Amino acid sequence: MSINWESFTPITGLQGGVVIGIAVTTLLLVNGRIAGISGIFGGLFNFQMQDRAWRIAFLFGLVVSPLIYGFFGELPQSAIDNNRYLLILAGLLVGIGTRFAGGCTSGHGVCGLSRLSLRSLVATCLFIFSGMATVYVTHHMLGR
Amino acid sequence: MMKKSKQNFKGLFAASFAGVLFGIGLLISGMTNPAKVIGFLDVFGLWDPSLAFVMAGAISVGLVAFAIAKRSKTSLTGETINLPENKVIDTRLVLGSLIFGIGWGLVGICPGPSLVLLGQGNLNGFTFVSALILGFVIYEIIEINIQKY
Repeated sequence: MSINWESFTPITGLQGGVVIGIAVTTLLLVNGRIAGISGIFGGLFNFQMQDRAWRIAFLFGLVVSPLIYGFFGELPQSAIDNNRYLLILAGLLVGIGTRFAGGCTSGHGVCGLSRLSLRSLVATCLFIFSGMATVYVTHHMLGR
Repeated sequence: MMKKSKQNFKGLFAASFAGVLFGIGLLISGMTNPAKVIGFLDVFGLWDPSLAFVMAGAISVGLVAFAIAKRSKTSLTGETINLPENKVIDTRLVLGSLIFGIGWGLVGICPGPSLVLLGQGNLNGFTFVSALILGFVIYEIIEINIQKY
């Protein structure tokens, strides 16, 4: 294993993480809700769902966040895969997978681990493992 | 009646404020850049451990928040605090997590960053979010059919 020292950003990583933690705290202690994006977003597509307003409010905040960030500084560059079919396949897998798992990186990874849930620890280890395995296959076996 | 609607407004304001903060945290941490997430997952190539530091930062604050939440009966707006009660580690959890990981590893995008990318007007982010929504709908359809049998 060799570390990519050029892209490694531990300080901004920790800082951004703390801000995410404050967001989680706000939603938890003010609204009494867990900041799990897949559950908040995916729940909107369950037609029996009653409480939609706070979900829409939270998601709205998330979508406009880059506009607010843009007032204070330049938005960071992002390099996304351009392959439309791959993006669609990935989106479908993430949508179905996170809903069956009952959470994603935020719900299980941040909130679940913060409340010391064994279930979330298992989920987090599994999706990081399968993500690493996927990158191994696509980057080192198929040579994308 | 007045009081209730005032409370609702406070709740919605807090929820959207939390959403904005969450997105800003993702932007500061660099996690809205899929290449950086792939770098974290690429342990057999040039590994970028940054994502682990983002998790550590968020969890260090989260530990305190959940410790408080477990002791309090209601939230600041008087709502009950909804802590998950499910403790079962079953096939759904295992398969769901593995499937999510494959999608995450393919392009380096998970639900939170996808919405921030959408807000930046990123066309690829839009494609991903559209498929994500379709995935959510497919899940609901599968759920309804599982319940039938």
